[in-house]
Amino acid sequence: MTTLLNVKDLRAYYGQVQALHGLSFSLNEGSLTTLLGANGAGKTTTLRAICNMVRSSGAVEFDGKPLNNRSTESIVRFGIAHVPQGRGTFTTMTVEENLQLGAITRKDSAGIVADIERMYAHFPVLKQRHTQQAGTLSGGEQQMLAVARALMLRPRLMLLDEPSFGLAPLVVRDLFGILGKINREDKVSILVVEQNAQLALELADQAYVIETGRIVMSGNAKDIANNEEIRKSYLGY
Amino acid sequence: MSAAEDVVTEAPAVEAVPKRAMTLGTGTSLVVLAALIIMPVFVKNFIIFQMTMLLIYGLAVLALNILTGGSGQFSLGQSAFYAVGAYTTAVLMEHFNVNYALTLPIAGVVCFGFGFLFGQPALRLSGVYLALATFALATAMPQLLKLNFLEHWTGGVQGLVVTKPDAPFGLPMSQDMWLYYFSLAVVLAIYIFSVNLLRSRSGRAFMAIRDNEIAASAMGVDVALYKTLAFGVSAAITGIAGSLGAIAVQFVAPDSYTITLAISLFLGMVVGGVGWLPGSIVGAAFIIFVPNIAESISKGLSGAVFGVLLFLVIYLVPHGARQVAILGQQLAGKLRKN
Amino acid sequence: MELFTNQVLAGIATGAIYACMALAVVMIYQAIDHLNFAQGEMAMFSTFISWQLMQWGVPYWAAFVITLAFSFVAGIAIERILFKPLVKAPVLTNVAGFIALYAIINSSAGLIWDFTIKQYPTPFGSSPFLGSQLISTHQAGMIGVTVLLLLGLYFFFQYTRIGLAMRAAASVPESARLVGINTSWMIALGWGMATAIGAIAGMLIAPVVFLEPNMMGGVLIYGFAAAVLGGLTSPFGAVVGGFLVGVFENLAGTYIPGVGNELKLPIALALIISVLVVKPAGLFGRQIVKRV
Repeated sequence: MTTLLNVKDLRAYYGQVQALHGLSFSLNEGSLTTLLGANGAGKTTTLRAICNMVRSSGAVEFDGKPLNNRSTESIVRFGIAHVPQGRGTFTTMTVEENLQLGAITRKDSAGIVADIERMYAHFPVLKQRHTQQAGTLSGGEQQMLAVARALMLRPRLMLLDEPSFGLAPLVVRDLFGILGKINREDKVSILVVEQNAQLALELADQAYVIETGRIVMSGNAKDIANNEEIRKSYLGY
Repeated sequence: MSAAEDVVTEAPAVEAVPKRAMTLGTGTSLVVLAALIIMPVFVKNFIIFQMTMLLIYGLAVLALNILTGGSGQFSLGQSAFYAVGAYTTAVLMEHFNVNYALTLPIAGVVCFGFGFLFGQPALRLSGVYLALATFALATAMPQLLKLNFLEHWTGGVQGLVVTKPDAPFGLPMSQDMWLYYFSLAVVLAIYIFSVNLLRSRSGRAFMAIRDNEIAASAMGVDVALYKTLAFGVSAAITGIAGSLGAIAVQFVAPDSYTITLAISLFLGMVVGGVGWLPGSIVGAAFIIFVPNIAESISKGLSGAVFGVLLFLVIYLVPHGARQVAILGQQLAGKLRKN
Repeated sequence: MELFTNQVLAGIATGAIYACMALAVVMIYQAIDHLNFAQGEMAMFSTFISWQLMQWGVPYWAAFVITLAFSFVAGIAIERILFKPLVKAPVLTNVAGFIALYAIINSSAGLIWDFTIKQYPTPFGSSPFLGSQLISTHQAGMIGVTVLLLLGLYFFFQYTRIGLAMRAAASVPESARLVGINTSWMIALGWGMATAIGAIAGMLIAPVVFLEPNMMGGVLIYGFAAAVLGGLTSPFGAVVGGFLVGVFENLAGTYIPGVGNELKLPIALALIISVLVVKPAGLFGRQIVKRV
């Protein structure tokens, strides 16, 4: 099992305020890892720091290559797709344009067309709405679109920031099912940040818990889910 | 979410100046004031005249700082208010023999009304749209002043000559020196008023509107009232500056108050540091002296040299003179520690 | 009634100038969210370059193409060298930068080519268009070029990959970066395109207003007004806005008493602002919903 992502002693700052205080964790290729923690713990900041969207220090390595002083867009080109909080949909563009944008850095037009069809197969509702303006889609549909857009990159690693946010439980189950499928069949490694710990732990194989900018717990997702003490102290259920 | 809409969560277009940094410290202020009081004794009349113009333009930039730096409303139209103040004074002095000192508060009131009225339609505009509207006002003003049916009062294209007052009570000083001290007193009074205004409840209302209009309105700030009030106050102060300017320069004419003046005042605000009241005088110094420096460097390319100097300033200190003052403060702090 | 129709038609003809300029304005606005006060001067400078080339014997269309290429590159260069360093600076500081650029370009043009007005040729000739007394062949040519430009831009933005990338970068810059788009270069590209479009506007306008360093002053303001009227997010709106501004200007001059040449500008602006008070996003602009 090769290490795909290695984060060492990551610190991140919003202006004068320090949000991450020396975070360290790693991800193996092919794994589906979840990052858990309460509001304000630093989960979103971690994802943003990996993509260099926030001032940070420390070492982040992807596939052995350091990501530290690179621009966000060049980090993306390494094969990291980030689905941000709020989905970041291009609301004024059509569903299909959003998918095309996911693949904008790729040069193989035939491959792109084929992949768009694959996305429509994964997410039939997107095919129905493919000429609609993305902003008119429901929350759940936009989340599907965001995931599909990320997949259009043919990423090796997908980062998802609270994909369940604002979605009905059934929709979340559907979505998580698809994420599991993508991880297993398309071999996309996934790092998903979630507040909904229970669902996330069902989906993931590895888990980390963050509290005030530090990792306080790590291990196998099933073990953590079965450990009542940990669940009560850190995850609130 | 409507398909035709863009949802925007904007950062405020005008950045906030931290409250404790809004003015110079008491010590520094007193030193500056002492320098301003003593200076005329040592220099020639022409320099005194230039210093007077410095104070006057500083006052106009201060007014813009209250409007833009305080309430976040853009204005490229301050030259219009300046002109109205100037002409009010000229007309009152020359046609109605009103004492020059009395014309100032009258000009202030007239311009306040004018600014307050202009603020009404401006309520629905912001950012680039408001800039365009104020730009229209500025370009219209010289033409309005040239209108035929006003010529009897305004003197048309020629304008009006204004008599410079003598020092009162037979004081042993030249007209220039008297006017300098008079202007200094007016500017000081208005400066103190402005600082207190920005620290008061109204000032906080202005700044709430500047930082986040929707939130301010949700918190119960009467946005319409305060926005028009800001325009009114800013116009009044600019008008008083215009009055002083008319007396100092000794004439008023439509082409003295063009869009170039409005743009200069805007540049003065940026160079001084938006929203930083003490910076107004630094900005005024920039717009008075740098064009002259540019011309002495190269007559044919004076505009280009000015542009280059302006670029240098905004590269070195994008936040204007306020940045320099903060650096100075930090240095002073370090020296004191050692 | 006939006077009215004539003035409207004449207004449309002059409006082509503003429409062309407005396209350049919208182009830059899409890229950087600001109005660039120096755009008129850049267009003027480009026009002078083409004039100079023709003085050196280069034929019109060759000079036109060379000038376009030069303008495109110059626009990118100006953005990279002068304005990229100001990206983190406050908005008002950037505006001061545009004013500085205005001064530099205007003054340099004055020094290089002096302020006497020069004749500038038109490839369309100046005879009456289809026998009409109101529109000359040049004005018809202007309208034609503007419409072609609009179509070209539409095609570029809707059907090319780079057009899609530019739209994305302007729309949601953070998401654009997350799909790998270099948003900084998209801004530079926007500047390059806007400068080239401005050059076209300048080269079309110069035959009518005569070539001199201050020729674009009024035109730029009308261009801004037209772009704002049309809705700053819509190239189509910009062109419609341009024609409307031309018509407003003409009608104001004809029908409002006492309005000579000097008051036409403020009156036209006042009319536009009245429209904005009613429809703040312009005629075809997208409604911007502001969230706290």
